[in-house]
Amino acid sequence: MRTGFKCWLALCASAALTIGASPNSRALAAQGSVKVGVLQSLTGTMAISEVPVKNATMLAIDEINAAGGVNGKQIVPVIEDGASEPATFAQKAQKLIEADKVATVFGGWTSASRKAMLPVFERFHGLLWYPVQFEGNECSPNIMYSGAQPNQQILPALDWAKERGYKRYFLLGSDYVFPRTANLILKKHIMHDGLKLVGEEYVPLGGTDFSAIINKIKTAKPDVIFNTLNGDSNVSFFKQMAAVGLPPSKLPVMSFSIAEPEAKAMGPSLVQGSYAAWNYFQSLDDPASKQFVAAYKAKYGAGSVVDDPMVHGYLDVYVWAAAAEKAKSFDVDKVRKAAVSLGWKDFAMGKTKFAPNQSLYQTAYVGKLLPDGQFTILWHSPKPIYPQPYDPLVFPGKKCVVR
Amino acid sequence: MTELALLLGQAFNGLSVASILLLAALGLALSFGLMGVINMAHGELLMMGGYLTYVVLLVLPHGIGYPVGMIAAFLGTALFGAVLEVSLIRHLYGRPLDTLLATWGVSLVMQQGARSIFGPIGDEVTAPSWLTGSLTVSGGPLAGFDLPFVRLFIIALSAAVLAIIVALIMRTRMGLLVQAVHQDREMAEALGINTRFVDLVVFAIGSGVAGLAGSALALIAPVTPTVGQSYIVYAFLVVILGGLGSLLGTSLAALLVGLFSAGCQIVTSVSTSDVLLLLFVIAFIQIRPRGIVSISSRSLEGS
Repeated sequence: MRTGFKCWLALCASAALTIGASPNSRALAAQGSVKVGVLQSLTGTMAISEVPVKNATMLAIDEINAAGGVNGKQIVPVIEDGASEPATFAQKAQKLIEADKVATVFGGWTSASRKAMLPVFERFHGLLWYPVQFEGNECSPNIMYSGAQPNQQILPALDWAKERGYKRYFLLGSDYVFPRTANLILKKHIMHDGLKLVGEEYVPLGGTDFSAIINKIKTAKPDVIFNTLNGDSNVSFFKQMAAVGLPPSKLPVMSFSIAEPEAKAMGPSLVQGSYAAWNYFQSLDDPASKQFVAAYKAKYGAGSVVDDPMVHGYLDVYVWAAAAEKAKSFDVDKVRKAAVSLGWKDFAMGKTKFAPNQSLYQTAYVGKLLPDGQFTILWHSPKPIYPQPYDPLVFPGKKCVVR
Repeated sequence: MTELALLLGQAFNGLSVASILLLAALGLALSFGLMGVINMAHGELLMMGGYLTYVVLLVLPHGIGYPVGMIAAFLGTALFGAVLEVSLIRHLYGRPLDTLLATWGVSLVMQQGARSIFGPIGDEVTAPSWLTGSLTVSGGPLAGFDLPFVRLFIIALSAAVLAIIVALIMRTRMGLLVQAVHQDREMAEALGINTRFVDLVVFAIGSGVAGLAGSALALIAPVTPTVGQSYIVYAFLVVILGGLGSLLGTSLAALLVGLFSAGCQIVTSVSTSDVLLLLFVIAFIQIRPRGIVSISSRSLEGS
């Protein structure tokens, strides 16, 4: 009985918190509203990256509400904290679908969090909008993959490096699913293109000692390093490279996890001159991007910077709203069918739309980091790239067909 | 880069890793080894030292800022350690599991505190100009072999800290009291030694050394709220492998662990070498359960 009573108390408390988070939810309910889940890590190691995505998602919700809402209803966000724990993401996703009855959920960052949420969304038939570039090799009807597939970020970077004449490649990453799969794909393409792979190394997530790896890099003499390290490991890596006289200006590094906020946090002087491949840079000369940056700064402070996953977190809400308008419904199946049938539109990152496989067409950009923490854009793909969840060299014959 | 340079480079890296481990473990060797306190917040004391250095560098110019930051890190964490000892750990002596839980709680509070004050983003301590650069061999059979000044500095620092602690224990009256309490707490008490005061001093110095370690680490890695977590396991590993209560053992163990993992990393990846290291330690503890240097001590046997 005691535990039952405690559970009941906890339920009350969480209900009170939810109401507290959106004080006018009751008023809105009267005139019609639709609940959506916003599920990112607000605490823990991933908070640094995920809180800005949550902010961008909230900005889109505010803008849409100010313009009259969706299907005549105001959007009421239910914000949950994934706490940088995949298990928490799964649990909160279930809570959002089952208890809050949200129409859809925006969120997730790490592949581990997405993998943990996937069975929940499939079992309870929800819809997740995932904002971050990832390793592909996944195809669920219950997820809208707006982050880049490998052929939209990693392989274009390889194309760019090839054009520059780089022949010897060194792959370095944190030891988890994204770098391992990304490098598997890179390796196949490096060999296929007749280039040379001179080394492949992994450090545990959060690892700080790169002395041995730097020794191996010096022995291997690569032309360029493809870097899929995550988070703070990057700071240690660049610091220790600089200490042996190999800053990015001497040995080029192409990074896949360093965007504007990371560069700002790491101190741009440490990483300036290094390259990054994304599908959006803040410096993009695009009217929709300028508008987004201005709106974000107006809401969250003039000093804030925006990056690729944030733009995806922002555009996901707009695409969902447009799809719901087109479908005249919030039903998961109707919305996702409508979402892949919308036309081209510029959401800050250039022309884009969802392909029938529920991933996003997007343009790839390569930028070089400047001392002020912004990127100068050196290269972009000739047109928006069709998303391929399964690389034909690595997963021959596998196709993503969403019914 | 030649094979010989790679081998020598790895030997140097092993030494460098060993010096970092030694700095991180020395404080633990004092509090865990001499007093039997399992301080789970030791890693967070390290983190605190890093942040203290960072704060000092915000105020002072870079040339003299870093040495001042190091001193501030030592004094600040020593003071914090003293307060922690008086307010919490003192009340839990002889209850190792309670101490473990309580200090783990402290570590969580400190992590979240750092997150609230400095944000979850790592802060950077840039090495002063006299520590940037490296000694490089450009020709001959050792071409490509180089010794970054930062790493040389950390090796020198940990050797100096070790020497000072040994001198304090061997040469001063306070050190004599520490030895007495370590060998037989009850007898020492019976002879009128203020064991509470000895505990306080040992714990404060142990904390201060952790802060110093954090300050040195900030030169090669970012300071983040969770930086302590990456070192706490290795610090305990080194102390246990070395043998409880022996500074000589701790030093040897740090050297062994550093060289072993650097050696493994020539042929395998970092993750694999971590696995091999843990297997090695498990095997070693099977053969020598009391570590490299075993010391008989009633205070350790009694508990």
